[in-house]
Amino acid sequence: MRVPVSWLTEHLELGDDVTADTLVEAFVNLGVEVESVERVGEVAGPLVVGRVAEIEELTEFKKPIRYCRVEIGEPDSADDTDGEAYDEATRPADADDEAGDNEAGDDDEVAGGLPKPRTNGIVCGARNFAEGDLVVVALPGATLPGDFTIAERKTYGRISQGMICSAKELGIGDDHSGILVLPPGTASPGDDAREILDLDDTVLELTPTPDRGYALSVRGLARELSCALDVPFGDPARLDVPEPEGEAWPVRVEDPEGCPRFVLRRVTGLDAGAPTPWWIRRRLLLAGMRPISLAVDVTNYVMLELGHPLHAFDTGSLKGDLVVRRAEEGEKLTTLDDAERALDPDDVVIADDTGVISLAGTMGGATTEIGTESTDVLLEAAHWDPAAISRTARRHRLFSEAAKRFERFTDPQLCEAALERAAKLLRRHGDGSIQPGRTVVGEAEPAPAVTMPINLPDRVAGVRYERGVTVGRLTQIGCKVAVDTADDGTTLVHAVPPSWRSDLIQPADLVEEVLRLEGYDSIPSELPPAPAGRGLTEAQRRERAVSRALAEAGYVEALPFPFVSASVWDDFALPADDVRRRTVEVQNPLESDKNRLTTTLLPGLLDAVQRNISRGTRDVSLFHIGQVVLAGDGQVAAPDPGVEGRPADDELAALEAAVPDQPRHVAVVLAGQRLRDGWWGKGETAGWADAIQAARLVAAAAKTELEVEAADALPWHPGRCARLIADGETVGYAGELHPKVLEALELPKRTVAMELNLDGLPLREVRPAPSISAFPPVLLDVALVVDADVPSAQVAAALRDGGGELLEDVALFDLYTGEQVGEGKRSLAYKLRFRAEDRTLTAEEANGARDAAVAAVTERFGATLRS
Amino acid sequence: MSEASDKQSASGGDALAPETLQAAVTAAEQAFAAAADLDELAAVKPAHLGDQAPVPQARRAIGALPKEEKSDAGKRVNEARQAVQAAYDERLAVLKTERDEKVLAEEAVDVTLPWDRVPRGARHPVTTIAERISDVFVGMGYEIAEGPELEAEWFNFDALNFGKDHPARQMADTFYAGAEDSNLVLRTHTSPVQARTLLHRDLPVYIVCPGRTFRTDELDSTHTPVFHQVEGLAVDKGLTMANLRGTLDAFAKAIFGEESGTRFRPHFFPFTEPSAEVDVWFPEKKGGAGWVEWGGCGMVNPNVLRACGVDPEVYSGFAFGMGLERTLMFRNGIPDMRDMVEGDIRFTVPFGTEA
Repeated sequence: MRVPVSWLTEHLELGDDVTADTLVEAFVNLGVEVESVERVGEVAGPLVVGRVAEIEELTEFKKPIRYCRVEIGEPDSADDTDGEAYDEATRPADADDEAGDNEAGDDDEVAGGLPKPRTNGIVCGARNFAEGDLVVVALPGATLPGDFTIAERKTYGRISQGMICSAKELGIGDDHSGILVLPPGTASPGDDAREILDLDDTVLELTPTPDRGYALSVRGLARELSCALDVPFGDPARLDVPEPEGEAWPVRVEDPEGCPRFVLRRVTGLDAGAPTPWWIRRRLLLAGMRPISLAVDVTNYVMLELGHPLHAFDTGSLKGDLVVRRAEEGEKLTTLDDAERALDPDDVVIADDTGVISLAGTMGGATTEIGTESTDVLLEAAHWDPAAISRTARRHRLFSEAAKRFERFTDPQLCEAALERAAKLLRRHGDGSIQPGRTVVGEAEPAPAVTMPINLPDRVAGVRYERGVTVGRLTQIGCKVAVDTADDGTTLVHAVPPSWRSDLIQPADLVEEVLRLEGYDSIPSELPPAPAGRGLTEAQRRERAVSRALAEAGYVEALPFPFVSASVWDDFALPADDVRRRTVEVQNPLESDKNRLTTTLLPGLLDAVQRNISRGTRDVSLFHIGQVVLAGDGQVAAPDPGVEGRPADDELAALEAAVPDQPRHVAVVLAGQRLRDGWWGKGETAGWADAIQAARLVAAAAKTELEVEAADALPWHPGRCARLIADGETVGYAGELHPKVLEALELPKRTVAMELNLDGLPLREVRPAPSISAFPPVLLDVALVVDADVPSAQVAAALRDGGGELLEDVALFDLYTGEQVGEGKRSLAYKLRFRAEDRTLTAEEANGARDAAVAAVTERFGATLRS
Repeated sequence: MSEASDKQSASGGDALAPETLQAAVTAAEQAFAAAADLDELAAVKPAHLGDQAPVPQARRAIGALPKEEKSDAGKRVNEARQAVQAAYDERLAVLKTERDEKVLAEEAVDVTLPWDRVPRGARHPVTTIAERISDVFVGMGYEIAEGPELEAEWFNFDALNFGKDHPARQMADTFYAGAEDSNLVLRTHTSPVQARTLLHRDLPVYIVCPGRTFRTDELDSTHTPVFHQVEGLAVDKGLTMANLRGTLDAFAKAIFGEESGTRFRPHFFPFTEPSAEVDVWFPEKKGGAGWVEWGGCGMVNPNVLRACGVDPEVYSGFAFGMGLERTLMFRNGIPDMRDMVEGDIRFTVPFGTEA
């Protein structure tokens, strides 16, 4: 909330050396966020009060313009009457002052036979003023906030000798709805407006933490300052609240849970047109609120001052008893913002015989709104259940100033005082009479005492505080504190929290108050002794290795969002029963069509490829390691085991089982060139083999191997897709994407991809070492002709099986299809490396092993040796 | 005798005469010196060192000399032969050196030519900073804990002392997933991992949890609905807020340098009490070293310990958490949050393959 420093310090006995900077530092140390510090209206040069003597409407322009004669002073005459009125009206009203009469000066008195006043002609575009009104005039030579200098100038065909100012132009709040009209009698023309307006001030914009509702008020913030600066504090809520005579209005509270307290006070005979005094309007403007009418301004003022929102009903519009209850299904209410709202049975409302007239604690209804004609006002101060208000505010998206305070807890003992403060202001400035009755439903229950060992703050902080600090600080925040000794000799402190604090429930809450007010700066920095950690887990090390291997191989890591549209599975051409279509839905997605949690990393990576291409990068190799969410077969609702203690083992197991399986996947996508064109010659377009190689790279980094076999799995090309197999289990697929999928996703032709379940790879902690022979090898080449559809991996496997222990390595170096080998056949040429572990191989031995290797291929696939 | 002597003089005398040999040596020296390159040298070599060259011929003539003359003549021929050979070797060496220098000069290349045939890969800075931070804490004896991103509401909120009506639970901040009553959320912080850890591991516990988190903020230059956090939790006997501060100071120094440190400002979080916001002293701050808002921390709320089956009368703990994107934004001067989520390789490649 925004608060002028002058208002904050009104209730504190501060020394002269306290500046706005002192307060800012204090708030930061208290944990109240200071969003901004603004000097109010820094105006230089002549700024005076003027009286509008004459208005000439200029109609020849596109918009209506006024040319005004404005009295700006009477050089030879002082006006005593107005001076007195100013003193009275600008003095902050003393709450205990029972003199309710408004004795503001009558501006009609100034006229007649007095000397002719000095006037300036001023052009003005605003229309919210009339002849006789007091306004603020910046004369030529004045400089307004924003370094805006006023000069005499010709405009709209007239000479304009100054500017009639709005509050915003003067740097007082944001209200730019019209120019600033001062209440009659506030001052005389020619008076220095800076003094009248009380411009010398600083506004702090403060955000207390959400657990401290009391700090959304001058009362609460000033109390915080008194603790931080150790100065006395005068509570503005300490008022004389007279004993009532009877009720103010009949009320039935049918929902005491939603409304523990409901208090009413009535003010009648109000002067409907009475203006709000400048000092109230000034504070509202500086707080960022727009002054509206006396009754509304007064309720807002009391809310800012004491922190208790009030509601004012136009008593004349009420029909019958007030009832506080939950809304009924189908009920509607038009709120003050002219919105018709369908009510929820969870909403707490106030109704009369006509139905619902107010959304409790959030916003009033239009039918009982205070208007300029209202002379009879029923003031309401209630204590609402914070949770109920919070739900209602969010349900209706009505984050009113009242709701903001009620949902954070208001002081339930404050209802009577807040009403009394408002009623007295109405009597004083609106000539109303306070009716003797007061309706009070519900009691304010005192909060239970919190007990803790007196040295608990020291133990939590790791600090030895001085004696008396704990009791002193708790007393300072308003607790009633008692100290005694437990049976075991421990000194205990018992603190009964003040009525405005709902956040002091357990010892830790008291500890925080002591530490906070003593200052977190006084807590030293002490590294705890290191425990014996076990380092990263095998899976964590593996993930890092995979990530690094892919990056070193030229892949760039992307971190796409997991949100996809269900239509992506159609683009992937997945069959209706494909398991990847079984997604978990997001109930409140940011983009309504992307409301599914993805089951594969590919959609996000393909999006990123597309974005790179659209930005002019055509060669893209991306990778992503991340969790996917597998919905599985039908979800069960996660149970709610409560928070009183550790959930029972079966409850915990049920809770964990309700969370869908979320394995970690790794995926790559390549588009464009894998090897670039350059001065060295042609590059190479990324192809299916790159995708499969990426899988092997991942496996190698994961200390394992993959087997590969042909597969037909969408979204891959049916003839260019490899199933990736680890320990006999399918862990993923790699290859070229299906042309139709690429077309649907508007991706380049021949884009390739790989995805595998990293968690599905076997975790190997220790890899066994191979045995390395130092004896010379024998190298022999063979070319084998087999049917073209025999996978090369199987031919190599047969060679290895047949070659036995002597065959150290098999490397395919050539592939041939064509006339020489015949239709439907192909030739595979291998380099075979033979070596024995314990001796130099003879040619006969090597040849024998080669023949055995070839024989195995012949046996399995009918291979012939190509000569 | 005289006949023989004459014969000798007639047949061998000329070839073996010192002046003849000297002439042959001189001729060879001149011919070798005149050879401009190795080919020319090779071409003139047979005429001076070949079988039919004067000096070898003279050598053959020795046999016909009288025994007493053989020694002198042999010496002369040998000297001549060595002189010719030396002249050749010397010239050969010079020419070879010349040739080698020329070849090397000719083989010179433009070493500034690019050789980026394989485009460079890179790891995302969010990943590498998460690893870096994890390593710092592993060094302090912590372990790394992980958990699911789609999480039961109980772990994400209830166990962490969020009341049933806490504003953060509202749809305006939290992604809800699954069927209406499934009580699943996309975790709003990595703290549910802390709850899971406390429920399953033996005490004491010292863990950090890096991971992806979600809140319903629209993507713009300073917000993203999907971001990363690293959170830490220590639960042991006798841990204090001073220990928390010591830990975060060490953390700050490891990431931002020895001059760095932390400052605590009181704050509110449901899962800690007392709670603080942490500012870090950032020596490289734009416009001069200064404090930067970094994250939140506090002493674990006894309610959280109780819900996780830990006796708050015996154990205490501290917890802290930081946003990785935010840390990177000020640490690396990243101007726009979207750069980190869009996957544009022009952003990521300069970060390299940092481990």
